Amino acid sequence: MQIDLSVRNVTKKFQEFTAVDSVSFEVEKGRFFSILGPSGCGKTTLLRMIAGLTEPSSGTIEIRGESMIGIPPNKRPVNLIFQHLALFPMMKVGENIAFGLQRRGENKTVIKKKVQAILERVDLLGFENKKIDQLSGGQKQRVAIARCLVLEPAVLLLDEPLGALDLKLREQMKVELKKLQAKVGTTFVYITHDQSEALVMSDSVAVMNHGEFEQIDTPQNLYNKPKTPFVAQFVGDNNAWSGRVRQCNESTIEVETVDGFIFSTKVKETLQPGTEVDLFLRPEAMLIQPDPNISNLNRFEVVVKSILFDGANSQLLANPLNADTELLIALPQNRQYDYIQVNDKIEIGWDEESGICFPRK
Amino acid sequence: MKRQTRWGLFLFITPVLLWLFLLIVLPHIDLLIMSFRTENDSGDMMWSVSNYLNFFHEPIYWLTFVRTAIYSVLVTLLTFIIALPVAFYITKVVAPRFQGFLTLLLLLPFWVSELVRVYGWMILLRESGVFNHFLLKLGILNKPIEMLYNDATMVLGLVYTSMLFMVVPLLSVMESLDNSLIEAAYDLGANMWTILFRIIIPHATPGIVSGSIVVFMLTLGNYLTPNLIGGKNSLWFTEQIYNQFIASFNWNQGAAFGFLLLFLSSIAVWLGLKLTKQSLRKVVQ
Amino acid sequence: MIRSLPYSKTYGLSFKLYIILYFTFLFAPLLVTCVLAFNDSQFPSLPWKGFTFEWFTGNLPERVGIFHDQINLDSIWVSVRVAFFVTLLSVSVGTCGAFLFEQEDFRFKPVLYFLMLAPLVIPGVILGISILMFSTVLGIHFEETWKLDVGLFRPGFWLVVLGQFSFIATLVTLVVSARLRKFDRTLEEAALNLGANRFEVIWYITLKFLRPAILGSAAVAYLMSFENFNTTLFLVGSEATLPINLYLQVRDGSTPVINAISFLLIVGTSLAALANLYFSRKETQ
Repeated sequence: MQIDLSVRNVTKKFQEFTAVDSVSFEVEKGRFFSILGPSGCGKTTLLRMIAGLTEPSSGTIEIRGESMIGIPPNKRPVNLIFQHLALFPMMKVGENIAFGLQRRGENKTVIKKKVQAILERVDLLGFENKKIDQLSGGQKQRVAIARCLVLEPAVLLLDEPLGALDLKLREQMKVELKKLQAKVGTTFVYITHDQSEALVMSDSVAVMNHGEFEQIDTPQNLYNKPKTPFVAQFVGDNNAWSGRVRQCNESTIEVETVDGFIFSTKVKETLQPGTEVDLFLRPEAMLIQPDPNISNLNRFEVVVKSILFDGANSQLLANPLNADTELLIALPQNRQYDYIQVNDKIEIGWDEESGICFPRK
Repeated sequence: MKRQTRWGLFLFITPVLLWLFLLIVLPHIDLLIMSFRTENDSGDMMWSVSNYLNFFHEPIYWLTFVRTAIYSVLVTLLTFIIALPVAFYITKVVAPRFQGFLTLLLLLPFWVSELVRVYGWMILLRESGVFNHFLLKLGILNKPIEMLYNDATMVLGLVYTSMLFMVVPLLSVMESLDNSLIEAAYDLGANMWTILFRIIIPHATPGIVSGSIVVFMLTLGNYLTPNLIGGKNSLWFTEQIYNQFIASFNWNQGAAFGFLLLFLSSIAVWLGLKLTKQSLRKVVQ
Repeated sequence: MIRSLPYSKTYGLSFKLYIILYFTFLFAPLLVTCVLAFNDSQFPSLPWKGFTFEWFTGNLPERVGIFHDQINLDSIWVSVRVAFFVTLLSVSVGTCGAFLFEQEDFRFKPVLYFLMLAPLVIPGVILGISILMFSTVLGIHFEETWKLDVGLFRPGFWLVVLGQFSFIATLVTLVVSARLRKFDRTLEEAALNLGANRFEVIWYITLKFLRPAILGSAAVAYLMSFENFNTTLFLVGSEATLPINLYLQVRDGSTPVINAISFLLIVGTSLAALANLYFSRKETQ
């Protein structure tokens, strides 16, 4: 498989502050690669270094095997979709799309043909002579994508382009962008702070924090097998419960939580008894009033504090009996649990396989 | 990238440096040097402060200087007092649909050359002028009087010529005053004068300062208006400079006068900014 | 009070009266000047002796209309040319200045910025004399050292252009800077990213964005140059500009030809101002 983008040990320092700290990754041709991280984690700086708008302090960036160090942004085979799109307001839609082609000095008839083709591809046929401010948010989005794709870049970089859209349109554009990427087959590098965008669209996702990559993996693995506490908490909802290891035999440990509950759970590495740990439990891993016949469940009682109704994402906010730890518990909307009221005492069970433990640092 | 930015810097900075050094910095250094040179008895040039001493020894020179400064302050004050209600009316009182039209009307006369405007006043006010004509017709006067060539007319002319530079900053600063501030003050029981001094004037300070600085400077440096309607007795300092340069051909004396005027206007700007705690950068914006 | 608050009838009426008076004060001299351009009299004064176009078109020994008045026509042509070159120079250098101060970083930037603002606080008369003195010094130096007689250093056309340019460029810099500050620099990055070089970015993106400000400041620069008196007074050679020429005539007694010229100026500048306003409104929409 051809590697379109290879980033090795890239570091960017601004005076004392290290924005990006020795980041390495590779993106194969035609993949949708996302970099997910909270704002200020250095993901935009990383993207700007790939685009050439910022020079790295050290490290190498290669696109299709060619080093990009010292190559100005206008000579790089990558294009960037800006956060606020940066469409040229003084030009019409067609002129915006033709801009890059004209800079390459392509001839007029070729440009016209290519502009028409790309407009058709993004479903904007006939919008050529519209002004930018006559377009809706979604249409602007597509013009920005068309303006880059028409140049057939090796890699298309996207800097949170959905951030400015309202919720409904954002959901819609997520699907549309994924379909478009599959259709054109261009390598996408997408940065976002919205985990749902990253999970829905990407083939693989890098989770970034404080200038470093915490984990690069498929969306499924990030969710189910987080490698660091940060990933466990940042990707999807998670309940964190601190405790201490009581016993450890091979792959199963026994944890006593701060409020005195004792659970057993699987681990990949052995942990010495006495080690301080954080136990992470997904809301949907906790089953409400489980069947008493199921074995291997950690069972305990909670008191319901409030019911957070949000359609399919409804949850219960509960405290373990006689303890202060707050837990979020998934509340499936299949009417089975409609009887639950605030202050009810209910039993919760979770499988040994679904808890994840990290030693405390 | 780096090399390209340097190239851009070089491209932009060259014309600007040429402009500022050849036309502003060097000429003014030359002016300063010249003001300290005089001809001695044998006709050679030498260093001396006699040009400045002359200024203090001849009452006509320093009196004119002081007179010019005082009248410029008066003109600035009058311009402000006249312009403030106008700016307030246009931005806050008149129906919005007239706003654009009135603003346009306000600015229109100032697109016309200062000379034409002064000339207009001359044919209005002189002995054979339009004013006298009507006053005679109405029987208020039985003999035409000369209304030009006195200090009052000169001040009127100066106020008229520099009005624009007060009105425009006041208009824009009033425009930015949120109506609800006035409404809130009113609601809290303030009367018109409290609103004027506690809300409007504090808010308008940047505009007032920039307007006043420009008006003061332009008045101080005005030659045309005092010369044409202040007549022979106008005694405006720019006329002294002109006389030294063009009539007496004593450039060194003229340079010293020029520098004194420059000094006065710089001091005024500096004081204006200091007193109101504004920065020049903020005021020009 | 303001329009959204109730106010008394006297308040409204007296305010209205004040505004009417103000506008009368503003327009009276211009109106009178225009009207008297059509009076069939040897002097620009009342009584009204009938309507005539002769001060425009006449070609009699005692009554030469402006269209046949060679001296005045020549001075208009000089002013047109001066203003053209001043506009060209100040718009190009001023735009460079805007880029320099808004987009580049270099040592001594605050100092240079302060120097750029200096022409605002230097009275026009001082600018005129300092440039006159400096150019004369240079002229003498060139002649003594290299036996070169450089026409540029003597009062005349090009010295007037340079003198006016020296302060009009500041104005252009400020106007263009204000617009440049509103420019979203990611547009430049986007253009770079799409393959444009720095020159193409400036040409296709930034200058396009600045166009309204550049055109607007060009119009203002043209008018300011056309009407400049103070600086020009000291730098003018044998070719008098229109304001200088009119000044000499007004000072030494006037004929309605001056009214005719004034009429043309008033109508011309008003139309130009309206057109400028119209286009700038259209551009911003």
